[in-house]
Amino acid sequence: MNLEFTEQEEAFRIEARTWLEANVPQKPLPSGDTKEGFAAHLEWERQLFDAGWAVVSWPKKYGGREASLTEWLIFEEEYYRAGAPGRVTQNGIFLLAPTLFEFGTEEQKDRLLQNIAAARHLWAQAWSEPNAGSDLAGIKSTARRVEGGWKLSGQKTWCTRGAFCDSVFGLFRTDPSAARHKGMTYFMVSLKAEGITVRGVDRLDGDEGFAEVFFDDVFVPDQDVIGEVNAGWRVAMATTSSERGLSLRSPGRFMATASRLVDLYRRYGEKADPSLRNAVIDAWMDAEAYRLYTFQTVTRMMQGESIGAESSLNKIFWSDMDVRTHETALALLGEKAELEHPAPSAEAGGSWMKAFQFALAGPIYAGTNEIQRNVVAERVLGLPRK
Amino acid sequence: MEFAFTKDQRLFQESFRDMLQAECPPTMVREAWENDTGRAPGLWSKLAGLGLTGMLVDPEHGGLGMDELDFILLLEESGRFALPEPLLGAAFIAPPLIRALASEDQARRWLPAMASGDLVPAVGLDFSRKVQDAGTADLLIMQKGSEFHALERSDYSVEAQASVDRSRMVCHVSWAPGPKTLLLRDTDVLIHSAAAFNRGALGTSAQLIGLARHLIDMTVEYAGARTQFGVPIGSFQAVKHQLADAHLAVEFARPMVYRAAWSMARDKGDTETHVSMAKVYAAEAALKTAKAALQIHGAIGYSFEHDLHLWMKRVWALASDWGDAAWHRQRVGQAVLG
Repeated sequence: MNLEFTEQEEAFRIEARTWLEANVPQKPLPSGDTKEGFAAHLEWERQLFDAGWAVVSWPKKYGGREASLTEWLIFEEEYYRAGAPGRVTQNGIFLLAPTLFEFGTEEQKDRLLQNIAAARHLWAQAWSEPNAGSDLAGIKSTARRVEGGWKLSGQKTWCTRGAFCDSVFGLFRTDPSAARHKGMTYFMVSLKAEGITVRGVDRLDGDEGFAEVFFDDVFVPDQDVIGEVNAGWRVAMATTSSERGLSLRSPGRFMATASRLVDLYRRYGEKADPSLRNAVIDAWMDAEAYRLYTFQTVTRMMQGESIGAESSLNKIFWSDMDVRTHETALALLGEKAELEHPAPSAEAGGSWMKAFQFALAGPIYAGTNEIQRNVVAERVLGLPRK
Repeated sequence: MEFAFTKDQRLFQESFRDMLQAECPPTMVREAWENDTGRAPGLWSKLAGLGLTGMLVDPEHGGLGMDELDFILLLEESGRFALPEPLLGAAFIAPPLIRALASEDQARRWLPAMASGDLVPAVGLDFSRKVQDAGTADLLIMQKGSEFHALERSDYSVEAQASVDRSRMVCHVSWAPGPKTLLLRDTDVLIHSAAAFNRGALGTSAQLIGLARHLIDMTVEYAGARTQFGVPIGSFQAVKHQLADAHLAVEFARPMVYRAAWSMARDKGDTETHVSMAKVYAAEAALKTAKAALQIHGAIGYSFEHDLHLWMKRVWALASDWGDAAWHRQRVGQAVLG
């Protein structure tokens, strides 16, 4: 056991910190879940890519710098420490790309990965349907075999930033007679294809961060199927465990939030209820615990182990922690908590209330925490399914 | 960065676990509940045989010269089996303290006997009036302000304080300091007592992890076997979620405990804060687990006859021993918020 970083890792940290300090926009960008904010974020994403920081752990030929997982963690710590913008490319980078790395053909990887990293090709997930949320295997959208490809029909919803993206990825039923978890195939679909209708949907905070996508006999060529036909469930599960687990929620983000909360306590703590001191200490310790837990996981991954159902533990922890941390921040702000941008008196431009609303999505998306607790109980602890 | 134990550390853990599996079944824990010593007869020499009593004694004095990181998984196992032996005090807290306080002559007299298991020490610090196992100790190291004293059995009297965990021999000690008993008097005393206290809190945290782990295992087993309404109660979501939450709490406390052991062994600074974080997490995770375990066992778990309470009561006792979660949280708060 050695919890210190190597000289090489420390040098990597300094390099990342130096670049971020010089390049992170001074003023926070407008919300990436609005049209104008999305454009501003893309500019930032491309700057990140040009400097080689968009996807540090990827192979060089796709725009990465072949950093180790530990270095990726270090980069993330520095990224959020520097207050850099949220990643609007994350569905492509953290959900689609890991699937392509594992199941994609060489042709798909060469065609898609670098464009994902460079924010030239923007992706949204298309998992849920109006009647299939937690019960993802209940999807009804179909794909019918035609010459050279497939024709897709149906409806997807809650597609993150779908109104601003170029393409979506998701599951469609290719064998209606197969059992629930079989007969699905993983497709990538251009939103510019004929037969597609995209309708933006406002989120809880009022930003147009969601979209519904309607598919009316949309042609998708064979080259845009990932993995085997009818094996989509297995392919998708590989992606969702990366959504729940490590890649989407690196500890750096929560450490940065915890240290902003400590700053907030220094300014508001004296006037606030004394019990909030304990809540702030707990928020700090939670971020520490998550960081250490992740170090353990990363060490195991670097030793060649794979992380399966345990990713559900990760997801429950960070999502519940994130809500608690933001609740504590709002409690510290007291009557100022409700003030939003552009209220002149809003603390930090109303970003705590905004981030609180975002945090509330955590226990819901990527599989609700109820589902995750079932997964932990059944697949980690071995309790009976029925 | 590498957050994992070595193969050797894991092997030692496994052989200790195998030994406890054979030598420390719940019937042995019950025996310690019923006798006057709170000890498991014959077990101490077996622990010594495995090298545990000399883990933190240097090789020059007949020990293995290992460190807190090597020991931490063993303390976790001692919790898993609710081992009713003074492993924490006599083998984890006392040896480094005695090494720091004793003269060369005393070290030659005491340390080899401690390593071989022939001399069982106990430690009392100003932090608490409680002195664990003073009644059965061969050598008692007591702090009094800026002094440390070494007491033989005839130098003090003991008032037993019955614990909810009847295998725990909690004592108050009456004694009078004198020139004969004096070990050390200087400003370093506070440094040594703080180090011993942190060692107590860290070791207790590891034991709490082991206790909680066992509570989860036995509850999972019970929930899978017990049927009501024609199905195992473990198939009910309300039961699953309680166990998932207990598991979550324990698994996120675990790296806190290991990190604190690493900090202490490598003396990297921040040990105090890291130990306190470990104790907060381990105590709260274990208390939460104990509560869920009882609820899921239902009436059978509420009976004295069932083994559940042996583990649960150890959790209740250890959760507040060596500083409870509230105390340690404030110590973290001092470091983080000032």
